[in-house]
Amino acid sequence: MAVLPRFDADLAEAGFGDYVQLLKPRVMSLVVFTALVGMAVAPVHLYPVAAFSTVLFIALGAGASGALNMWWDADIDAVMRRTASRPIPAGRIQPGEALGLGLALSGISVVMLWLATNALAAELLAFTIFFYAVVYSMWLKRSTPQNIVIGGAAGAFPPMIGWAAATGSVSLQALLMFALIFMWTPPHFWSLALFMKDDYSKAGIPMLTVTHGRRVTRAHILIYTVLLVPFAMALGWTSIGGPVYIAVAAVLNLWFVIGAVRIIRRDEVPAEADKYRVEKAFFRFSLVYLFLHFGALLAEAGLHSFGYGAL
Amino acid sequence: MTFKPEHEIHHRRFSRNLGVGLALGAFVILTFFLTVEKVTHGDPMHAVQGKPYVAVPDPVQ
Repeated sequence: MAVLPRFDADLAEAGFGDYVQLLKPRVMSLVVFTALVGMAVAPVHLYPVAAFSTVLFIALGAGASGALNMWWDADIDAVMRRTASRPIPAGRIQPGEALGLGLALSGISVVMLWLATNALAAELLAFTIFFYAVVYSMWLKRSTPQNIVIGGAAGAFPPMIGWAAATGSVSLQALLMFALIFMWTPPHFWSLALFMKDDYSKAGIPMLTVTHGRRVTRAHILIYTVLLVPFAMALGWTSIGGPVYIAVAAVLNLWFVIGAVRIIRRDEVPAEADKYRVEKAFFRFSLVYLFLHFGALLAEAGLHSFGYGAL
Repeated sequence: MTFKPEHEIHHRRFSRNLGVGLALGAFVILTFFLTVEKVTHGDPMHAVQGKPYVAVPDPVQ
């Protein structure tokens, strides 16, 4: 629930950058990339301005849900070291401003995506914003250790929206791109939770590390990483995959599973001794993992357009 | 006549106003080009109407 931040006349005058920060630009960059790939690999292509608008308004919708999330989570953001300098807990932006910005951008992004492309894409974007702001932020995040498992769906929608914007439908390829991000999210965030342990427990967020302990979290990372593999590989045998994707995915998934095995083999004493080196490396690699999977899909789309790559 | 030195707060305010102005300008330009593209390629605006504006006659048997 939003709380009153400290108020200071100097701090309360926010710059433009503070409003940009409210939109979570780092999350937005991942959304832009995956939405762009979802659109680029689709069998139907949009005209350039419509394509640009699609990516822009999907990103804006993601930013809107980020602002709504920051409005709702201002109290826990103030407690966690990682988020204490965000504009609302730092007192630079009032909670009401973030709420207004989030709602306004939600409306603009959905309506504009609808006008630029089609109703299905706009409906999916509206559902994504609702899912992240209401289902994840307001409900799951503070009530269940499965918060990021289910909440991960919000981050998984952008490539599906990109695909829907281009084709007007949702097909197996779009569902597999969704599944790739959905299954990737838990190991990604749980590895973060392993080395950010104090933050989540101080804020009272029921992360798996807090509710079930670190051993269980390590086991869950391995389980979800193994479950992720078939979804990641299956994309290779669809019309948007091909030998390049399969080769890249095989290496990445092997490396990811090895990383998860290394995590489960450790306990807290060596982990604390080397300041969670393995867990941090796994977290960083998870970003590379996702980026390269979608990069490989993009490469396949380029090859297909020249008549190469398809199986 | 002397001017008060600008406070840092004025820079922040200016950056905010400039940012909002540029964002609005960009939005207008984007909407313009999106409209031009839609009209140029004969988009029948299915998304808005759910059907073409102009009834398409049945093909001659």
